[in-house]
Amino acid sequence: MPVSDFQAVLGLEVHAQLLTRTKIFCGCPTTFGGEPNTHVCPVCLGMPGVLPVLSGQVVEFAVLTGLALGCTIREKSVFARKNYFYPDLPKGYQISQYEAPICEGGGLTITVDGREKHVRLTRIHMEEDAGKNLHDVSADGSSGVDLNRAGVPLLEIVSEPDLRSADEAVEYLKALRSILLTLGVNDGNLEEGSFRCDANVSVMRKGATRYGTRAEIKNMNSFRHLRQAVEFEVRRQVELVEAGQPVVQETRLFDPDRGETRSMRSKEDAHDYRYFPEPDLPPVLVPAAQVARLRAALPELPRARAARYVAALGLPPGDAAILVADRATADFFDATVTLRGGGPEAARKAANWLNGEVARLVNETGLAAGAWRLTPAHLARVLELLDGGAISGAGAKAVVEEVFRSGADPAAVVQARGLAQVSDAGAIEAVVDRVLAAAPAEVERHRSGKKDLTGFFVGQVMKALKGQGNPAVVNALLKQKLGGG
Amino acid sequence: MTAPAPSPLLRLSLRAASEGLAAGRHSARDLTEACLARIEATDGRVGAFLHVTAEAARAAAAASAARRAAGRALGPLDGVPLALKDLFLTQGVPTTAGSRLLEGFVPPVDGTAVARLKRAGAVLLGKLNLDEFAMGSSNENSAFKPCRNPWDLTRTPGGSSGGSAAALAARQCYGTLGTDTGGSIRLPASFCGVVGVKPSYGRVSRSGVVAFASSLDQPGPLGREVWDAAALLQAIAGHDPADQTSSSRPVDDYLAGLEGGARGLRVGVPAEWFQGGLEPGVEAAVRGALSAYQRLGATLVEISLPHSRYGIGAYYLIATAEASSNLARYDGVRFGRRAAGVKGLKELYLESRAQGFGAEPKRRIMLGTYALSAGYYDAYYLRAQKVRTLIRRDFDAAFQRCDVVAGPVAPGPAFRLGERTGDPLQMYLADIFTITCNLAALPGLSVPCGLSAGLPVGLQLVGRPFDEAGLLTAARALERELGPAGAPAGLEAA
Repeated sequence: MPVSDFQAVLGLEVHAQLLTRTKIFCGCPTTFGGEPNTHVCPVCLGMPGVLPVLSGQVVEFAVLTGLALGCTIREKSVFARKNYFYPDLPKGYQISQYEAPICEGGGLTITVDGREKHVRLTRIHMEEDAGKNLHDVSADGSSGVDLNRAGVPLLEIVSEPDLRSADEAVEYLKALRSILLTLGVNDGNLEEGSFRCDANVSVMRKGATRYGTRAEIKNMNSFRHLRQAVEFEVRRQVELVEAGQPVVQETRLFDPDRGETRSMRSKEDAHDYRYFPEPDLPPVLVPAAQVARLRAALPELPRARAARYVAALGLPPGDAAILVADRATADFFDATVTLRGGGPEAARKAANWLNGEVARLVNETGLAAGAWRLTPAHLARVLELLDGGAISGAGAKAVVEEVFRSGADPAAVVQARGLAQVSDAGAIEAVVDRVLAAAPAEVERHRSGKKDLTGFFVGQVMKALKGQGNPAVVNALLKQKLGGG
Repeated sequence: MTAPAPSPLLRLSLRAASEGLAAGRHSARDLTEACLARIEATDGRVGAFLHVTAEAARAAAAASAARRAAGRALGPLDGVPLALKDLFLTQGVPTTAGSRLLEGFVPPVDGTAVARLKRAGAVLLGKLNLDEFAMGSSNENSAFKPCRNPWDLTRTPGGSSGGSAAALAARQCYGTLGTDTGGSIRLPASFCGVVGVKPSYGRVSRSGVVAFASSLDQPGPLGREVWDAAALLQAIAGHDPADQTSSSRPVDDYLAGLEGGARGLRVGVPAEWFQGGLEPGVEAAVRGALSAYQRLGATLVEISLPHSRYGIGAYYLIATAEASSNLARYDGVRFGRRAAGVKGLKELYLESRAQGFGAEPKRRIMLGTYALSAGYYDAYYLRAQKVRTLIRRDFDAAFQRCDVVAGPVAPGPAFRLGERTGDPLQMYLADIFTITCNLAALPGLSVPCGLSAGLPVGLQLVGRPFDEAGLLTAARALERELGPAGAPAGLEAA
């Protein structure tokens, strides 16, 4: 199929759970997990006679997010009821925003294949999450409902159909995630669903001006799923169009096991949500002074920070992008660089360690930056020991790993595990002399130029030094003693 | 065995009962026992109560007596027996909203107004009959039993707060709470010859009141006299953090200026409320009240409320739309009634709701669902909201020229049970004069102004936003001039 004749058109709807301590309309905790129906009260259970009370923190987070994304903040926004029946929806309606969302317009810039692209946003609105249906909870096969999540605050962030490939969609989602993490309003967890997205996908022939019929794809729990789902769906739609068949407007579910999308419900089954303004809540007022205060409180955003790392610290753009993806890591980086006296040299080393060994440990343990036992002071100390030759590169790795897990003092780890490196030239010279004296034949072969046996001699010296010799000193002395080369 | 003679305590107003408590002429226990005996003796015929909490009432009376003995009485309501429309959530006491759907539902908390009455030391006798989910004008939509008008047991007490008015007329308690979405306090107050106040929208918290139409619902007090209703309103009014639509305006002192009279008062008389259709006895009583105001030194000002005629239409779009959404939570999943023997989710919904809701809620859910449907929203709900704005502007303009608006509560006096049940539209028209006040979010009340063929007639007064104090003072002036409504003839003289 000549997919290349077609242009994919994508828009993403992201649902981001806000990191507030309490739910959006009641005082129940938002903590993930817990026994079913333990984080509930009459309000989030939708009992008769109870009323929602809007959390001020949710509005602050929404405005902060809108400002970071260049949106227009509505001075007066309105909650609306989205009416439909489902057991996980206790009131029979979701309190959301419809005609007057809190943020409109705005956008963000992504870099794909070295090219910058601006992706426009349609809107951002506040709403409550639903609960969760649990099937086959008892022997008779009946289902249950867990309402712990009901009423957890969400931001829905809707993009314009500006994305043109799976790559762009993934980059957009990564950039958005990194901004929300930087703002501290969301934990960016795709797997647990606290940061999730639906994709609107359509295709059109290249050069066409009218978009094709779109399908909405749900259930993508990772960047990889998003890529797979979009690529599959684009292929599927192109095949339909090529075969002269219509693309049906519908909702499709991504099946991660088979890597395909499957029809969930068609437009004919679509709900009529009967939106109307929520009469239990007055309009949300965001005065100019509040906007100004939040604007002043905006942290440095990822793209600006990465640009600063490249311009002022000379980091490669790729390294800078990785560091700024999450604010805690970037803050860790800044603190480490400062402790090492600043400058490009310190920055390069700190970045290498954070993006290398530390990133490996993070992947292995799944610990978020805030939860590491390793501190910037620890890492700075390890780098200092390494630079001073007190430990080897391998030793430094061992120290970082141990400190990452235990939080112990690096110097104490070096001591306890005997990782101190021998850099004393006199002591090493004595060993080198001994090794050379013990292998006259090899010395002769090396000197005659028949074979470069440097590696052999280094190995022998290191063995004698129990692996703790400073490689630079060992190499220099060997070179000097063996002459030539 | 002959029934004991009714206690003379039952003749007292709330004010007199309260003053007697303060003076030590009787105890909270005396009042409570008198009311419980009265309920026992009369409610089989009246049907005002759905649930009597005798033991809790006795305990509250004892606690009140102990406070008073220790010199720590809480105020005018301490020790006074009251009762609540069964739309108010009461902790540990069944709350049905008059519906089979909520049979067996026991709320875990008190509503705000209920909690405030308890904090004021009131003795709560139980829960009062109403139209199902407050939908109705005759109390005949109660899923449990009809309520009858103590003035004539063949007639309705009005609705939806029928039990709240009937219990007072039958002298079963000293004050009640009702709710008013389109006239549900004022209509029964008028039909039963008591005082009923619908406060400004937002004056009394809706938290803990089962919702019918959220942008119109407003809880309020009923009493046998104006002072009684004013004292109850004083106790329940004021901002509530649990209801974001409740107003944070300070609450006026409703009792301090109550005897201020009507001299200089400008009483607005809307031409539209007298244009035909009024039962002659009602019109005579209402015009009599207007003359009384003139005698008291008030002036009558002719005003116009031209958009009133669209009130019923706008009301039945907005109220049903909101109700269709508010009643969605009664799905049989979490509380209340669940249909037995169903297979699958859809059947669970359909059967639970089909079995649980009566005809009127079903009718309104259908009307409201239709009004909100895609393609109809703009023509119905949105346009109704615009009418609402126009109605409010009519009143704003009128209040440039007058201080209160006066007119009939309803076109006629209490009608007979069964008379209108076959014709919902005729039933809806009972609210024709009262709903504009809800649509405009204004305070309104009904105060007795005479009889029509032996049945009570109420005068409706509508005031400026949050001018409950002015409204109550005007009502009190009329009450003093005309005297009390008299004793109901339907029950033996009490």
